[in-house]
Amino acid sequence: MNDIALVLPEATLLAFACGTLLVDAFIGKRNPAATFWCAMLGGLVVLAQLSQAVPDTVKIIFAGTYRLDVVGAVLKAFILVLVLVSLFYAREYFRKRGTPQGEHYPLVMFATLGMMMLVSSNSLLMLYLGLELLSLSLYALVALQRDSVQSSEAAMKYFVLGALASGMLLYGMSMLYGVTGTLDLSDLLIKVSVAGEKRVLLVFGLVFLLVGISFKLGVVPFHMWVPDVYQGAATPVTQFIGTAPKLAAFAMTLRLLVDGLGGLAEEWHQMLIMLSVLSMGIGNLLAIAQTNFKRMLAYSTIAHMGYMLLGLLTAKASGYAASMFYVSIYALMSMGAFGAIILLANRDNEADQLTDFAGLARRSPWFGFIMLILLFSMAGVPPFAGFWAKWFVLKEVVAAGYVWLAALAVMFSLVGAFYYLRAIKIMYFDEPVTNAVPEAGTDLKLVLSMNGLLVLGLGLAPGVLMSLCVAATLSYPPWQ
Amino acid sequence: MQLDLPLLSLVIWLPIIGGLWVIFAGSGRRERGVRVDALLISLVTFALSLLLYRDFDATTAAMQFVELHPWIEAFRINYHIGIDGIALPLILLTTFTSIIVIAAGWEVIEQRVNQYMGAFLILEGLMVGVFSALDALLFYVFWEAMLIPMFLIIGIWGGPRRVYATIKFFLYTFLGSVLMLVALLYLYAHAHSFNLADLQATALTAREQFWIFIAFFLAFAVKVPMWPVHTWLPDAHVEAPTGGSVVLAAIMLKMGGYGFIRFSLPITPDASASLDSFMIALSLIAVVYIGFVALVQQDMKKLIAYSSISHMGFVTLGLFAMFDIYAGTSNWNDAAMGIEGAMVQMISHGFISGAMFICVGVMYDRLHSRQINDYGGVANVMPKFAAFMLLFSMANAGLPATSGFVGEFIVILSVFKANFWYAFAAASTLILGAAYTLWMFKRVVFGEIRSPKVAALTDINGREAAILTALAVLVLVFGIWPAPLLDMMHASVQHLVEQVAQSKISVAAYE
Repeated sequence: MNDIALVLPEATLLAFACGTLLVDAFIGKRNPAATFWCAMLGGLVVLAQLSQAVPDTVKIIFAGTYRLDVVGAVLKAFILVLVLVSLFYAREYFRKRGTPQGEHYPLVMFATLGMMMLVSSNSLLMLYLGLELLSLSLYALVALQRDSVQSSEAAMKYFVLGALASGMLLYGMSMLYGVTGTLDLSDLLIKVSVAGEKRVLLVFGLVFLLVGISFKLGVVPFHMWVPDVYQGAATPVTQFIGTAPKLAAFAMTLRLLVDGLGGLAEEWHQMLIMLSVLSMGIGNLLAIAQTNFKRMLAYSTIAHMGYMLLGLLTAKASGYAASMFYVSIYALMSMGAFGAIILLANRDNEADQLTDFAGLARRSPWFGFIMLILLFSMAGVPPFAGFWAKWFVLKEVVAAGYVWLAALAVMFSLVGAFYYLRAIKIMYFDEPVTNAVPEAGTDLKLVLSMNGLLVLGLGLAPGVLMSLCVAATLSYPPWQ
Repeated sequence: MQLDLPLLSLVIWLPIIGGLWVIFAGSGRRERGVRVDALLISLVTFALSLLLYRDFDATTAAMQFVELHPWIEAFRINYHIGIDGIALPLILLTTFTSIIVIAAGWEVIEQRVNQYMGAFLILEGLMVGVFSALDALLFYVFWEAMLIPMFLIIGIWGGPRRVYATIKFFLYTFLGSVLMLVALLYLYAHAHSFNLADLQATALTAREQFWIFIAFFLAFAVKVPMWPVHTWLPDAHVEAPTGGSVVLAAIMLKMGGYGFIRFSLPITPDASASLDSFMIALSLIAVVYIGFVALVQQDMKKLIAYSSISHMGFVTLGLFAMFDIYAGTSNWNDAAMGIEGAMVQMISHGFISGAMFICVGVMYDRLHSRQINDYGGVANVMPKFAAFMLLFSMANAGLPATSGFVGEFIVILSVFKANFWYAFAAASTLILGAAYTLWMFKRVVFGEIRSPKVAALTDINGREAAILTALAVLVLVFGIWPAPLLDMMHASVQHLVEQVAQSKISVAAYE
């Protein structure tokens, strides 16, 4: 009973998700706003509960399957905030496109529940459950646009490849279980360090785990689904996939590699170097060739996840903090960039081509400026938050002695700067194709403006968030 | 009277905040109001920077007007600014040039006036920030942030190939700076601080110094620009609007030289000493080879751009000849002279190149061509303008009694003590510079009136005359009486030379 009280936020979220489902079924068809507000209320309540219950020590509950700690609490709060913001965007999008989709909200809530379980899991089984709850909700979200061929194709691709990745993950888990006889991550941590000659088998399992993780993060060479899904899904769905689940994937990586397999850090940190370099390189290079804005952002995500791995691969607490900071800032920037597509979308046009942004600075100087902030931030130019994110991971990489890796990373960011500059060029230097001023509700305009200004604000004063990330990961010991 | 206001911060933030205000408050307003606001903000900023000059104590090398506030405490990054005798002249140059630029864009810029004026004001604040940052990361933030307004200025108000030029400009500069960031992070891993004074005191082995020097070199050489990473400059200059060219030539190029003075020389003195012949070689190539390249240009802006690269060669020559000079005379005072020459050259080039670009801008606004061949006989229709342009051309060629002569002369004189042939090669600029500048002047201004279009030219108006007069006065004053400038920086340059004279290797080996 005591354990139930500790997972009150998750329980509340589940209750609200079911409630939202019912509200949508019975009231939502006549009054779509009801579904939205029900989801919103649920999110706010859960957020309030989360802020009440920040644990001061690590608590393991539910027979060792669930773990409450600071890093988990912080990540869950970030995830919830991102989900709530994305709901505003989604509502505006459906309003503009004239396709109310009440199913979106409960699905997002179930996905969020999955993310929260993923973040707090302390057992391989709980982690898998959370991951599947998240993934299945996402497959359904992508497929929600039934009439769109592209959307259906994306959903099929996502589902098949995602199932394959889950299979890999399970296979890896079974190997770990076979060697150590435990599903408990804290147990695993101890048993891995005394595995002796069975270490080889563990490393074999680790490789399969890493395939699954890479797929969820969308890093090269397991990135093939990312561009198709990003392009094919409806923009608010893409926006959702590109923000909160990235934090969850980061948490999953942290749980599996550090909490469970910290003893194999010597092996996985080398694998992460490979994944990181490939992602930064291929993501940035292929983004240059894109003409679809969502697809370009998809490749940019791949590259960003490569940068995020730079922090993790140092296998040090401060490195995890850097990655956590990176992924949080990335989610914020990505939220804004997709938000701008939603701003420009109208009934006949998804507005996801780069040319749809032509002359934005003249059609709407303010939102041109917001996009300027977001894109320069993604390119890693100070004084925006994206610079500090890159700075932080690079600092950790250099401190860990990989100066060459840092030099390579900044060279790839130079490549990346090119396509962000090209997008800015389209908005600022090109003649507008239409003179239509982007129209949207006040709430969307407000949310998007705050989103952009937050990226600027965090660039001018990144200290608070950095300290929070450092404090959250402080308890992790270094591996060497 | 000593003000309690954070004067230096005001000089940085007033134009930035003022610029944002001009952009956002000015979007619906009459353009004239926007222009007046921008001019007032730049005038007030200049007045504030004059207060800096008034209260500046030139007898000490210590940093003055220091402000130190924690910024990101977790990593000991501070908002730490202050100026010495090397930064102050460059800050004054920046605030002065910004007035000129805003006045120069007065009637010429017709679309998006508020954004144009705002971008230049923000740029001004960021540039002052670069010259006054005492924290390496704060420096880096200003250094990179500066690219954003310049990127937009060239891209929005530039010529036909503006997109190519501005992306090239951005990427070239970005390339150099990101490697500098890695070097700074490496230094941070050693010193656990981004404070410049701490970095300068950090002991480093020869190998470490070599790589850090290379990283700094890429960042600053692109900015100067040194041969062979100079190719972005002619493109950027040709495509930029007049104001953009003026800021580029007068201030942004100086940041490369300033970076060498603040970072490369004191942080990696031994690498600087061992690579000095490499740096001297590149400088002399810039002076001589780029001088020849300038000779054959058909486009006036391109010609002045190449002449800038050639003149900036003197700056790097003066900075890095100090080791050879010391080897020749065993006197660090002689070495300091080279650095002072480089500084004077930077300031003077700021006035002269700015003035030359404004001259070209004046003609371009009337005829919409920068080709030398389209002009001829301008003196017949624009006599006042011709007189100004003659003065600036002479200054560009290094005529005595103009500021252009002082810097070049001091550098040549000090390099003479290092190696006769260095001085010989450098002195060739006196012929080459005269050749390309005066030849262009002759073809554009003298001779028969070339076409009816030229015949229809009108002479400069009061606004243009005021701008050119201000610049002409400065060129002449510093040409005849450079003492105030030299006095201002003397103590700081001495301090720099003492820092550079101290090897860091032995300490590093000892640790």
